[in-house]
Amino acid sequence: MSSATQERATAPARRSGGFTGAAANYIDERTSISGLVKELGRKIFPDHWSFMLGEVALYSFVVIILTGTFLTFFFQASMAEVTYDGSYLPLKGIDMSAAMNSTLHISFDIRGGLLMRQVHHWAALLFIASIGLHMLRIFFTGAFRKPRELNWFIGFVLFILALGEGFTGYSLPDDLLSGNGLRIIDGLIKGLPIVGTWISYLLFGGEFPGTAIVGRLYTLHILLLPAILVAALGAHMVLLIINKHTQFAGPGKTNDNVVGVPIMPVFAAKAGGFFFIVFGVIVLIASLFTINPIWTYGPYDPSPVSAGTQPDWYIGFADGALRLVPSDWGFMIGPWTFSLNIIAPVLVLVVFIALVAFYPFIEAWITGDKREHHIADRPRNAPTRTAIGAAGVTFYAVLWGAASSDLVATHFKLSIEGVIVTLQYTLILGPIVAYLVTKRICLGLQKKDREIALHGYESGRIVRLPGGEYIEVHEQLTDYERWRLVSFDSYAPLMVRPNARGRITAAQRTRAALSNWFFEDRIAPVTATELHHSHGPEAIHGSAEPAAAELEK
Amino acid sequence: MAKSTPLQSKKQRPARRSKLASIALITIGLLATGGAYALFTTSATADTTAGSEQLISQGSKLFAANCATCHGMNLEGTKAGPSLLGVGAASVEFQVSTGRMPLAQSGPQAQEKPSQFTTEQTKALYTFVASKAPGPGIPDKTYLGGNGNAAKGAELFRINCAMCHNVAGAGGALTQGKYAPALTGVTAQHIYEAMVTGPQNMPVFNDKNISPTDKANIITYLKYLDQNPSPGGFDLGNLGPVSEGLFLWIFGLGTIIGVTVWLTAKAN
Repeated sequence: MSSATQERATAPARRSGGFTGAAANYIDERTSISGLVKELGRKIFPDHWSFMLGEVALYSFVVIILTGTFLTFFFQASMAEVTYDGSYLPLKGIDMSAAMNSTLHISFDIRGGLLMRQVHHWAALLFIASIGLHMLRIFFTGAFRKPRELNWFIGFVLFILALGEGFTGYSLPDDLLSGNGLRIIDGLIKGLPIVGTWISYLLFGGEFPGTAIVGRLYTLHILLLPAILVAALGAHMVLLIINKHTQFAGPGKTNDNVVGVPIMPVFAAKAGGFFFIVFGVIVLIASLFTINPIWTYGPYDPSPVSAGTQPDWYIGFADGALRLVPSDWGFMIGPWTFSLNIIAPVLVLVVFIALVAFYPFIEAWITGDKREHHIADRPRNAPTRTAIGAAGVTFYAVLWGAASSDLVATHFKLSIEGVIVTLQYTLILGPIVAYLVTKRICLGLQKKDREIALHGYESGRIVRLPGGEYIEVHEQLTDYERWRLVSFDSYAPLMVRPNARGRITAAQRTRAALSNWFFEDRIAPVTATELHHSHGPEAIHGSAEPAAAELEK
Repeated sequence: MAKSTPLQSKKQRPARRSKLASIALITIGLLATGGAYALFTTSATADTTAGSEQLISQGSKLFAANCATCHGMNLEGTKAGPSLLGVGAASVEFQVSTGRMPLAQSGPQAQEKPSQFTTEQTKALYTFVASKAPGPGIPDKTYLGGNGNAAKGAELFRINCAMCHNVAGAGGALTQGKYAPALTGVTAQHIYEAMVTGPQNMPVFNDKNISPTDKANIITYLKYLDQNPSPGGFDLGNLGPVSEGLFLWIFGLGTIIGVTVWLTAKAN
């Protein structure tokens, strides 16, 4: 944004001078910023709706910072006990912490406070949702491949930080729901063998809930986590600029260029407008729909737990894991209890999250692909990856759904045990089914693409030949249309090769086996020769180039 | 106590009190409570004795036709349904006028549905059942006005009721397909009756547990929730983060994606 303002300042300087020109000149002479502005202003961004999801995350983050700053003016991160005496009648005279009291004060007695709270919370939900969707886009288009693996990892760190921000924020008002959430975290920590109890006491400054946790979470929420988040976000953006943006294959779009609009002026205008649209949508939602009605939850008290107590959606998968694990898992060794019903879900989630974090490196190792990729894959053209993604999404979705098992039971008139058992099976079988089905669908779509590229699409026009034979006329694609269908890489499974010392290592075998699993079933892209044969020499004239370009690589 | 104390003293110091003293005490006690009970019950029904008898006979007929299959001709209960001796008028009024009884079908728990009986018939039924054995009666109107202390009621509600009914009274799941229903729009009388009789899976909150005044406070809070919509806007069913998350993903992110598609659409 700052570069945009600078650019606006320097642009007229070249034409007419005047105050703007003088001011721009003044700044440039002292900072040499025009080089940077020139460089950034000419950055190209390709146009595709899915490329704007990361922007949504960025803009909601800006909204979060703006509203969050407002909230810090009035919020008191203290667990000192006070008696509520504000405007909300059903809480008058109730003892609560200063944190809860000040949150109620913001909601009912500060002008615009409730709107700010709701904007902050809705924006937080949108922030993490758009990060999730952005990650899925990157994953399914293979945009995490070299040279962007590191940026994937930084993005992953951002995602985890956002979860941390969300959870610490959820716990701050010290209402019943957030207290219950903290109690679950406390239980999780205490469930870890040997160290758990110590960590819990360290975190809460004594026995749960203590009088320290809100202050500590506040420091994390407004200082530590945002600082790291902003730093990581900066690195994320810098790498985005250095690596350039990926683009989908198309005529004139190669691995060595970026086709799109420059930041100045088109993209900046669009992005600026988009920021206000995102802001507007969030404010509209926040002004119409209640979020986190702490006034009905009431102040935290360790004894009550409300029915339908859930975390915000982004922690739902962890809550779901706790709900799905058989509750009687566990054993004892000597004086130590090993609560597998806590340890198992924690391990599963850690492994799942680690797989997400390191997927680019894992895939690069399996495929042995060391080339740079700037063309985004169509998901169907990487069937195994897409299938792995679908399996992962299914796994996550089942855990996520499990977090609302009780609401599923009441709203669909089912028994909660039935819902849990069904979800337990779905958690194991669902990803397998999703994997197989997705892979077959991808291969099927690739076959269809190949068919269309070679023989054109069915026009629906039936022609009777003089001999009485009926044929359906196939319309050929234009070269532009065909380009999309034929330009993608074809991989073959790695061969098991002995290393320099003539040995075939176990790692080598594993890698070959995995590579075989990855690329065993594949549909080869249409080659120039095939096109030539199917259309005759004159038809190939235009389309030879993309196919040939593919072959050169 | 009255029995054991003379026995003990008899062992230690015989003949300090007459042997008849304990018997006399019991007699006096019984007469006092019985007399008082008779006095109160008769005073309550004194002016409507004739009407009440008519009601009871009407109720008995209705009972035989609609309830006796499961609850037995003499309210003794069968394998299909529990005994109704001692359930009281409150229980019958609650179950029948909310349509839970008679059951439409057997299942995890009785479902609320439009009542099958008129107010008069319902009254006949509960008067009949109450005439067989004493139990919790129809609650006093003074507790149903919704003019108690809402803050106190809210606190009691969170501690005693929210774990099944949800803090906002939106309802919640129980085991084996049973559930705690939503409390929005439930009449004050039904809330009170449910507390004293514990219908379906609900525990009984008797007057020792939650005093009638506190019951009135809880009713006041629930009425407050009914009459005052959420200060933050539409409440999305008061289901907490699940409905918020669902709303955000479908409508929030849906709108945003629509905008991204619009922004990147190629001009035709």
